[in-house]
Amino acid sequence: MNRRDFLRLTSLGAGVLFASPFLTLANADTDRRFIFIIQRGAADGLNTVIPYADPDYAKLRGSLAIDVSKAIKLNGMFALHPALAQTGRMYASGQALFVHAVASPYRDRSHFDGQNVLETGGTVPYQIKDGWMNRFLSLLPKSQNDAIAFASTVPMALRGANEVTSYAPSALPQASDDLLMRVTQLYAQDEQLHGLWNAAMDAKNMSDDASAKQDPASFGKLAASFLSKTDGPRIAMIETGGWDTHTGEEARLDRQLRSLDDMLAAIRDGLGQVWSRTTIIVATEFGRTAAANGTGGTDHGTGAASLILGGDVNGGKVIADWPGLSNSSLYEGRDLKPTTSLDNLIASLIAASFNIDPDKINRTLFPENTRKNAISGLIRT
Amino acid sequence: MTNAINMSPAAIAINRFGLGATLNDPLPGDPKNYLFDQFGQFQVLPSPLAKLPRTSELMTEYSKNLLEMRNADQDEKKNTQRILRKDSRDDYVSAVRARAESALVTPTPFVERLVHFWSNHFAISVEKPAVANFAGAFEFEAIRPFVLGNFRDMLFAVETHPAMLIYLDQVRSIGPDSQAAIRAAARDPDKKHGLNENLAREIMELHTLGVRSGYTQTDVTEFARALTGWSLSGIGRDRNNESPASGFLFRPNLHEPGDRSIMGKTYSQNGRAQGEAILRDLSIAPATAKHIATKLARHFVSDTPSPGLVDRLTNAFLENDGELKSVYKALIHSPESWSPAPVKFKTPWEWLISALRGLGRQDLEGINIVQLLNQLGQPTWRPGSPAGFDDIADTWAAPNALLRRVEVAQRIAGPLGDKLDARTIGDKLLLGSISKETQTAISRSESASTGLALLLVSPEFLRR
Repeated sequence: MNRRDFLRLTSLGAGVLFASPFLTLANADTDRRFIFIIQRGAADGLNTVIPYADPDYAKLRGSLAIDVSKAIKLNGMFALHPALAQTGRMYASGQALFVHAVASPYRDRSHFDGQNVLETGGTVPYQIKDGWMNRFLSLLPKSQNDAIAFASTVPMALRGANEVTSYAPSALPQASDDLLMRVTQLYAQDEQLHGLWNAAMDAKNMSDDASAKQDPASFGKLAASFLSKTDGPRIAMIETGGWDTHTGEEARLDRQLRSLDDMLAAIRDGLGQVWSRTTIIVATEFGRTAAANGTGGTDHGTGAASLILGGDVNGGKVIADWPGLSNSSLYEGRDLKPTTSLDNLIASLIAASFNIDPDKINRTLFPENTRKNAISGLIRT
Repeated sequence: MTNAINMSPAAIAINRFGLGATLNDPLPGDPKNYLFDQFGQFQVLPSPLAKLPRTSELMTEYSKNLLEMRNADQDEKKNTQRILRKDSRDDYVSAVRARAESALVTPTPFVERLVHFWSNHFAISVEKPAVANFAGAFEFEAIRPFVLGNFRDMLFAVETHPAMLIYLDQVRSIGPDSQAAIRAAARDPDKKHGLNENLAREIMELHTLGVRSGYTQTDVTEFARALTGWSLSGIGRDRNNESPASGFLFRPNLHEPGDRSIMGKTYSQNGRAQGEAILRDLSIAPATAKHIATKLARHFVSDTPSPGLVDRLTNAFLENDGELKSVYKALIHSPESWSPAPVKFKTPWEWLISALRGLGRQDLEGINIVQLLNQLGQPTWRPGSPAGFDDIADTWAAPNALLRRVEVAQRIAGPLGDKLDARTIGDKLLLGSISKETQTAISRSESASTGLALLLVSPEFLRR
């Protein structure tokens, strides 16, 4: 910063920067990693982090209720689905915490609108044109804001002005170096393709795992191999699908959670030392009905559960302003009532993890979010 | 700057409205008439599709399989299931291949593209194994025959087809006060039977009115009640019943009795007629017209179509009671459709089909099209959600996705290097709209097959 910039900043009131307990942007704690795992399809929070001590839980869920003797007991109120065994051990060792009755500002029950709100950070669908993860990149120093989607395309949360890359292992024979080089030349003059192609080449050069295995553990390992590199991406998004359990929920949710559990453990193992500086949040667009439906599943609901994991998260607890499941406590008489803002949770988590002013995070990521009271105690200090 | 090459009207008719130029087709005379003429020439069941099993046969097989699974003992169950999964996978693979082969040889590529559009609008997904058997038959029998007809007829065919009824869980939805629910509660009071609102919601949100068009959660639930009883023959206890060819069966004992009120209108019909009356109203609602108009305009003209264009298509839909040909005509007559800038980025399906057509392929010998589409990110009939695949560039123009196209281009162009000359066919396939940069890159490539691959991934070939 030269003298003139300094004067300009102070005259704009940026002197407050120095009074703030948070680091300036240039010094944000950028050696950290952040991963957002989206559960597309409305994951059933009530059968993931199970409020077994709520007297209405078993009644509402009937045969879908998880047998608490088989689940992983978290405290006097909640238990974890038995398929999340490795996650449960992270909770026990203080590296995972769960937040219940959370929801984005979206209150209707369309997956696609709900995902749009969750990923753009608006309050109504299609109000904001880029994703909150992409806007987050603007708060990190340019040299350290590489982001990656572990998919062949880029999901909404990562779309926007900042360049991001995408990578997923391919089962196709690799293109020859000669062809790749010629394509680089061919796209040089094309505004749209030029940047995309360069990002693709960067990611390709970084991948040392040529295997095209797509099972959850291999996928987690692949993600970790990128994120553990010193010059690799710091910010990542992983998409998971298949959570829309209108029927056959018992077996399907078990399979889904088992896959998630395997992937999370593989990410932790693969990150090695970097795990201590990594924060993961798992979130979905909305929850599912409190009661089982007529077909062995649950329908679209509202409040859900989020999982937060990482080497220095302040784990071993469930954060919930529990609204209860009695008929009068349910949202619109059918769904878990949301009592924690998912936007606020994400903003607070990123602020604590990267040591950036939560107000700044809020303004940038969730400009429509009026709640400013950061949730504290998410990261160990 | 984004590729400044302008498309000629002929290029627009063939590459934007059709499935991509081939080396053999004659140039269209009048581009608009070239498109209109296809309405009269469209074949509902072209030869690649004619050999596939019909819904009725698949339904018989499905109900036989269900019975087999039910009767299998614990040891056999896994094995039986494995065999059945393989069978339905085989059905799926041959249907995808037949669909692609039709797209390669069709004399009416504009109408064929409309089939693909509608099939994605009424998306089903083979993620559900039971849907895999029916996915092809769904498109060939519930979509194809109706693309040039009335929207209502397509809607009815779609919502009563086994693929949709299974995919959106309708077959198991039971009226809470229906005879079946009352009898079941008497047998076992702990077991809950009731509504599943999945189909009702997606019909309103995705198939007709469109999201945020004014309906409420109560409307969805009421519609779900009205739809109870919409089921399939040949499943459950009465599997020996005579099986109607479509597989659809209304089961009165599952139907929730009583009037239904939806968006201020009361439906007092009994039984099947109740859901039908609601569906009929939805099919011609102004919100439905606007929803369909927006999607068509987005597919053919721009990721963000102008309100003027959408209004024109909406009016054509409403003034003609959902007659789709009138909507397509309004589209073709709209000046926006002929805007020379190639603004639509091809989806993986569009790109692969146009690439194979451009290479002169008439069949898929030696090509594993299912795998290629998986790797390109658009597995046929498996969009991952009932909303179908996105139709905008932001979804498909992505770093790794581009690399996949280059890999596929190398693979399909590889064997043809000594048969086709990219320097001469490029101009033909792009009907004059090939850039100097692309021509130069092709002419400098180290081998003929590299030249072909470069043509297929060139900026102008990726767009339409």
